[in-house]
Parts: sequence; C-alpha cells; structure tokens
Amino acid sequence: MRKSFLALATGLLLAGTLSAASAADKLKVGFIYLGPIGDLGWTYQHDLGRQALVKELGDKIETTYLENVPEGPDAERSIEQLVRAGNKLIFTTSFGYMDPTLKVAKKYPNVHFEHATGYKRNPNMSTYSAKWYQGRYIQGLIAAKMSKSGVLGYIGSFPIPEVVSGINATMLAAQSINPNIKVKIIWANTWFDPGKEADAAKALIDQGADVIMQHTDSPAAMQIASERGKLAFGQDSEMIKFGPKTQLTSILDTWGPYYIERVKAELAGTWKSEDSWGGLDSHMFAMAPYTNMPDEVKKMAEDAQAAITAGKLHPFKCPIVGQDGKPVECKGGDHLDDGQILGMNFYVKGIDDKLPGK
Amino acid sequence: MQLVLEKRAERSGTIALVSPLIAIGLTIVTMVILFALLGKNPLLALHAYFIAPLTDGYSLQEIAVKATPLVMIAIGLSLCYLANAWNIGAEGQFLIGAVAGSWIAVKTQGTDAGVWVLPAMFVLAAAAGALYALIPAICKVKFGASEILTSLMLVYVADLFLDYLVRGPWRDPHGFNFPTTAEFDPVATVPLLIEGGRLHLGSIIALLVVAAAAILLARTIKGFEIRVVGAAPRAARFGGFNANQLIILTFAVSGALAGLAGIIEVAGPVGHLQPGISPGYGFTAIIVAFLGRLNPLGILIAGLFLALTFIGGEQAQIAMKIPLDVTKVFQGILLFYVLACDSLILYRFKLVFSNRQVPRGAG
Repeated sequence: MRKSFLALATGLLLAGTLSAASAADKLKVGFIYLGPIGDLGWTYQHDLGRQALVKELGDKIETTYLENVPEGPDAERSIEQLVRAGNKLIFTTSFGYMDPTLKVAKKYPNVHFEHATGYKRNPNMSTYSAKWYQGRYIQGLIAAKMSKSGVLGYIGSFPIPEVVSGINATMLAAQSINPNIKVKIIWANTWFDPGKEADAAKALIDQGADVIMQHTDSPAAMQIASERGKLAFGQDSEMIKFGPKTQLTSILDTWGPYYIERVKAELAGTWKSEDSWGGLDSHMFAMAPYTNMPDEVKKMAEDAQAAITAGKLHPFKCPIVGQDGKPVECKGGDHLDDGQILGMNFYVKGIDDKLPGK
Repeated sequence: MQLVLEKRAERSGTIALVSPLIAIGLTIVTMVILFALLGKNPLLALHAYFIAPLTDGYSLQEIAVKATPLVMIAIGLSLCYLANAWNIGAEGQFLIGAVAGSWIAVKTQGTDAGVWVLPAMFVLAAAAGALYALIPAICKVKFGASEILTSLMLVYVADLFLDYLVRGPWRDPHGFNFPTTAEFDPVATVPLLIEGGRLHLGSIIALLVVAAAAILLARTIKGFEIRVVGAAPRAARFGGFNANQLIILTFAVSGALAGLAGIIEVAGPVGHLQPGISPGYGFTAIIVAFLGRLNPLGILIAGLFLALTFIGGEQAQIAMKIPLDVTKVFQGILLFYVLACDSLILYRFKLVFSNRQVPRGAG
C-alpha cells in the first residue's frame, strides 16, 4: 500500500516536471487583475482578452494571471512574482498598479510591461487605454432623451481624470439635448464592491434619478435599477442579462485584439514602449446594442457613434465652460487636446457637485 | 441525555505543544481533499504552498516582509490575551499608528529635515497606537464596557479617519486625485537591508520585539504578574496584583506595537499613506497569536508560517491556477482546527444522562 502510494507520488511529481519542461519553450505572458475574474465587469473583460489571446496564439504562449491583487503594497510583490515565474510580457490592468509596475520594470529591464490606464512609461513599460469618454458622450445623449425626471444618477469610483472626463462628456452631451438636465454623483471610492455600488444606486434613485450610470465594475447598480423599474447603462461588459428591460447600452472593453497585437510584436521581437489610446475608430472598445429605447433615440445614438468614429464629432468640442463659469482654454484647435482630457481635473458648467479634493 | 464539555483534571505540557502541530496536520489533510475536489494535484499544490517559497532567497525575503507586521502585532496581542484582556482592535491601532507617523512625513516633505524624521515617526506612531488602545482599556476599567466590542468598533473609526485624510488634506497634489499622499522623502523611509531587495529594517525591529517579550514574560516580575492575572485571577488578587492596572498596561503596549508596525509598513514597503495599507494584519495577527500559543518564540514561528501561506498562495495561483480564495479558506480552516484542538486538549466530551451530573457552573 505504502509502496504504491510512493510510486503514485513520484509519478505525479514527474508528470509535473515534464509538463513544466515542455512549457519552457513558450513565451510566458502574465496578467495582474484588480478584481476576481468573476466580477462580470472590468477584470472579466481583461480575462476575456486573455482568453482571446490564448485562442489565437495558444501554441506559442502560456498565460498566467493573479486575481484580486489590491492596489497597495502587495501589488509590487505580485508583479515581481510573475517576473520570477518567467513571464516576459506582463499586463498590469489597473491605474493603481502604475508605481509598482514602474518599480519592477526598472528592476528587470529585460522584461516588458504594459500598464493599463496610467501615464508613466519606461523603455520597457508601455501604457494602453481607451477613449471611453466617446462612449460616455453617446450615453449622455441617450440618457437626456430617456430621462423623464431630468435627473441622471452617476456612480463614480475615484475622482481621477478618466472618471471626471467621463462625467463631463456625459453632461456635455446631455445638455445638448436638455439644457436643464441635472446629474447626481456618488463617489463609491472603490472599483469593485457590489454592496456599496448597490447602495449608491439606491440612494441615487431615492434622490430622483431615473437613469443610472456607473464607473464601477460590477453589475450591482444594473440589478437595482432593474428592480426599481429604472433605466441604466452597463459598464465595461455586456450586462443586459442583469437588466433585460433596463440596459440602454454598455461600453464594452474589448482588449483581445490589443493583447494579440502586443504579444505578436513580442514574439517577433519588435515590441517597443508605446502609449496606445484608442477610440471608437480602433478596436479598444465597442458599444453594446442600443436596447430599451424608441427607434428615433436609437438612430440618434447610432448617428453619433458614426460621427465620432469618423472623427466628425468631438465630445470636447470648444467652447467648453467650466463649473466656475469661465471658458476652458482650447489647446487642440476646435476641441480640447489629449493632454487636457488625460489630466482633466475640473467639472463643466451645470454639474451641481464639488469635485472631491478641490 | 446531553453532551457536555468537561474540563480535564490535568494538562499535559507535551500535548499543549503538539496541539498546533495536530491542527496544522489536520489543515493539510483538509486542504488535500479540497485540492483533489478542485481537480488539482494535491502533492504539487502542497509543494507550491509550502516548499517552493522556501527554496529561493527572494521568496524568503518576501515571507520576512509579510511576517514583520504580523509578528509585531501578535506579540502585543499575546500580552493582552495572557492577562485576560481582549484587544480585538489591533487593526485600528495599526492604522492610527500609520496615520500619526505619516503626519511627520507629510509635514516635512520637501524640506531638508534631517535623519531625526524616521525615529520621530516611530515614536509618534507607537504613542498614538498606545493612546488609541487606551480608549477601550479605560472604558473597560472605569465603566465595565466590553473591550472586545469597543476595540473592534474603533477599527472602523480609524479606517475612516485615514480615508478622510488621504482624500482631503493630505492628498498628493500631483496624484491625479488618487487617494494617496505623495511618496515619502528618503529620510522618512525605512532603510532596506539588502540593496535591490525588499527586506527592511522593520524585520530586525520585529525580532527585537520578540526577544524583549520573551525576556519580559520569562524573567521579570511584570511578566509573572501578567501570566498569573490571566491564569488565576483569584490567586492574583490575593497576591496583591492589580488586574485593572494590567489591562491598561497590556492594552497600551499592544497598541504601541501595532502602531509601530503600522508606520513601518507605510514608511517601508508601501512608501506613502493610502487606504488599504493593511490587508487585515490586525485580525490575522489574532490567528498568529493563538497559533503561536501566546508564546513569543511560538508567535515568531506562527507569523512566518502564515506569511508562508500568503506567498505560497500566490505561487499556487501562478503555478497551478488555484484561486486566491483557497488561501483564505486555508487560513480560516487553520484557525478552526487550532481552536478545536485546544478545546479537546483542555476539555473532554462527556455524555451526561441526568441533570444531577452536570458540573457546577455549566448550566
């Protein structure tokens, strides 16, 4: 009995070593995830991207991920663990991993890093993100058309430029339909906490909002809006199954093509540190089908999407008036330039909220 | 007929030592079953958890870094628990220490303040942690308020206070509104022990704390007092030991150690103050304290062991794609078995057929 157990154990260990050996020739690609892959939002979409990558290049690469990595002291260790496990290209998929990624990147110049949504780069560290504010603009148009109360509810995560530019784009679009539109903003101060997100949605609806939008990662707000018979936009991912009668559309993060492109570059030895910031004209994100709205609203949304994709409509078209009533300097000719959008730290006129920390 | 727990007449010292080992053994057996149910090879999984992290210098460093706050907090907690004072709020004292120490770092930022900054941060953090722990201790002594509840509730107060500071007055002006202070200046940072590594001075401080606690408990009258008050309160009263005074003292010491651990973590591995600086160190340290049998050396080993499960959990995630939640389940199961084994060593099950035989005090 004992002998057979030992034999079994040796066999298992050997099998493990063998499979490790055959994997050694493949390029190892690592991912750091903020939430659980089952968050059905942000992290879920990144993992879909990873799965697309495996499907396309699975015979040449091996992927590994660490999920639920907090944006704190543990992040640096987690990234370094991936390096030490032999990963040569590592995607760190949240803003808060910026400094830890940079620290590890400087320590391992032969490993390539890709940081999502940040602004610090290094010869071996790229950044990538998407112009989600374009999608937010379309949502703002729809929201203003669909809201009966004239009050929109917005669940913010952190008041970083990406989120602030989303709120501004939404409001600029909504004001173009209804100049008196109001928005209520609640800062959840988290990316992923279904309980808090649901509470925020309830509070917003209690304050009269009838269209809920969010910059947090779970479908909790969609579920609450659905229970209360209100409308909502999904976030990051297709959330229609959580609100078949509720979801108007959703910004879908589609990372797969980007991941495939970057890994191909790595395999070909042509990987370079870059800053990718793709809009609707790229493959970085897409809009979910426009649902639960009259045909004319749907047509308006589709037209706006086509115009933005073609570069004919810019969500931050000048003149733009700040919350303080003063016009915002227009550095990009007839619209704000990329730097102003990437560092956006002001509200546009008509937002009845104080930007935290200002 | 009823089942009662009856206190054993004698306690065997050997069994008391063996009990945590039995608990670890049972945990491993449970984990093997769990891995098998998940469809993972249990032997490889156990290897990833417990052996792989011990085989290279990098992981060993990480284990020491992770164990540092756990050990420091648990040593303080063990003094409380030995004296029958139930400090559950070490997490809050950890956060308040981090906040108080960071105050100096934030205020001296960009000035040419000298080498006094870091020691001053340590002193202030320890003092703040101690004062914060004194709140539940004094409420207990003066008003008889349950220190378990008050110390626990104060965790949330500390958490929200830290949150307020980094979102408001202390927010990094160049941090794109992210809730964090600016990176601390080099004089406000805990020095590294190995160039390019992560092992820092805090680990040495933790070892000194362990040594000091061992001497205190084994060689001083105060240590004797702590043990007697906890083990035999009546005898302690006859001996003229003041239990209330000891509650105040042990709470203050454990608060100071938690506060010190807090600032070491912030000025060390993190480098700035932000929410989420502690993944529950103050609570995990409770497991460490009991797993280490409230003994300083035991706590050192237990702290390293728990750190090993964190690092091993990560390696298991990388090597075998085992979800992180399994690591958490693992820690929960471990505490469960530790407590269960302890109960069975101190007590035994007895079937009682009539009420007459129920021991006094059990009903």
